[in-house]
Amino acid sequence: MTAQFLYGGAGLILFVLGLWSFLVHAPLLRKLIALNIMGGGVFHVLIAVAYRGDGVTPDPVPHALVLTGIVVAVSATALALVLGARMQDEE
Amino acid sequence: MKRPPDQIQAERAQERGRDLSLLLGVVLALLGPALLGVYYLALQGGAEPRLAEVALARLPLSGVDNPVTAVLVNYRAYDTLMELAVLLAAVLGIWSLGPAPAGFQRSGPVLAAMVSWVVPLLIVTGGYILWVGGYAPGGAFQAGALLGAAGVIVRLAGDPSAGLPAEALQRWLLVLGVLVFTLVGLALMQFGAGFLTYPPKLAKWLILLIEFAATIAIGVSLAAAYVGGKPAGNAEGQAPSAQDRSSSSALGPRPSDLPQ
Repeated sequence: MTAQFLYGGAGLILFVLGLWSFLVHAPLLRKLIALNIMGGGVFHVLIAVAYRGDGVTPDPVPHALVLTGIVVAVSATALALVLGARMQDEE
Repeated sequence: MKRPPDQIQAERAQERGRDLSLLLGVVLALLGPALLGVYYLALQGGAEPRLAEVALARLPLSGVDNPVTAVLVNYRAYDTLMELAVLLAAVLGIWSLGPAPAGFQRSGPVLAAMVSWVVPLLIVTGGYILWVGGYAPGGAFQAGALLGAAGVIVRLAGDPSAGLPAEALQRWLLVLGVLVFTLVGLALMQFGAGFLTYPPKLAKWLILLIEFAATIAIGVSLAAAYVGGKPAGNAEGQAPSAQDRSSSSALGPRPSDLPQ
């Protein structure tokens, strides 16, 4: 219970920190890193939500969501990085 | 002493920006504890009945023993198919933005020797993780990530194509996941089951087939995304498969694609 709260709570803090950095900092790269930190926070919360007690199989549905989310986050980040690099080349 | 108007304007804009970010900081500093409080209360409420019960109860019919794999490739197969489509769309987007930037300098002998050890190990580990996904944590995404990492290492060591085959073959490997997934779904429809509704007897082998195709597609997509553009059309004829290429291309130097 305490471990679950600490793990999920850390995820929430990561989410808020990422959101702050995303909104405040102008450079695209910093925004991207901030978005990924927000995503990491959400994954933390989902993993914590899946916990069902010691020795009990965790809920597989949030775990599958996190796996899906990681792949989507990676591909979106890759596209954004290339897009950003092209924008910089144009300037 | 007068300052030019642009400078005054710029200073004002900067001040406004500072005020705004301060306000944001305060709002988010309040949001954080609020979220934590809600989360704590939600935990106090205890666990409601969840999808987990259904997911675990149907596990013997799903063809795999790992509930996460069952959710990904059986119960929620649509999601995974769409996710492979997202990955494909991202690579297509990257390719549409122009040719890949030049690769890195050819690695020295120490790094080259390490790469020639690490890359085959990554591929073997990827195969193991893929198989283990049937009954323990593992599966197509983890295995694909390992293959993608192998590609990244090969590119860092100086192969501009990240060990990927020529463009024509690379296109096939990129769509392999979506292709096999969809074909399996359509074939099942032909035999009277729903789209991606596996008959329990065949489920294991169909899932293994889909996961194998997905692993290769994910690995190639991640490596192609790291390359960061459409592959340059250099002559790279002999290339049986992504794995063979990534293990062999790290070894011998090929003077033709030495970037300066």
